[in-house]
Amino acid sequence: MTDRFTHVQVVERPISPDDAIKAVSTVIAGAVNLFLGVVRNHHDGKAVLFLEYEAFRAMAEKQLQRIAAEIHERWPVERVWMEHRVGRLEIGEISVIVCVSAAHRAESLAACRYGIERIKQDLPVWKKEHYADGAVWIGEAGSPSDVAPQEHGYWTDHPS
Amino acid sequence: MSEAQTTIAVTVLCFASIRENLGVDSVRWEGPTGTRVGDLRAILATRYPALRALLSGCRMAMNQEFVTDDQPLQAGAEVAIIPPISGG
Repeated sequence: MTDRFTHVQVVERPISPDDAIKAVSTVIAGAVNLFLGVVRNHHDGKAVLFLEYEAFRAMAEKQLQRIAAEIHERWPVERVWMEHRVGRLEIGEISVIVCVSAAHRAESLAACRYGIERIKQDLPVWKKEHYADGAVWIGEAGSPSDVAPQEHGYWTDHPS
Repeated sequence: MSEAQTTIAVTVLCFASIRENLGVDSVRWEGPTGTRVGDLRAILATRYPALRALLSGCRMAMNQEFVTDDQPLQAGAEVAIIPPISGG
């Protein structure tokens, strides 16, 4: 039994982990996993003042729908919630959230990880880092960038 | 055969570094039917030499789906230049 609930959105407002956890929680799910990408204050030894995210919104939301569908195909998860924020973000603010519920932890852990990895691969979203002496679009050849993970995250594993 | 069948027009959407370099959100391109995505990439590099290196590292999307360079452009399509992504 699964309700295959999915919520995906590109947002300009702050992301609320509480809203996500409430939305994916259901009496048939014994596990909830949460991943947050958070704006970090440094990159390659440089102090980051703030970030700007830009998205190709329509395509990004389509890609998020696809990733959610892939998750539902691969694991018996109950509910999937994914949002990416755009606009100016300050240090410590949440840029991306993936929240998944399932009957058991193995599925929710795997699905949550899969969700954020696919977002890093295929979501048309760009980050510009602002420093005291300028700004750089991250990800391009020649930029300080790269594919190194940009986020801090943690797992929340409710006993199942 | 009408002109509409021998030429097509597409809208090219620009984001992030591409958008800032060109100073516009989109450009319109008209050319012969049968032109492929990769041809358009080369045409853009010729028209905007400053973008040449950047363009070679970009993915392309047509009507909101990633496409390979061998795909023919569809009439009226929305083609997006996707610089290396850095979401998350």
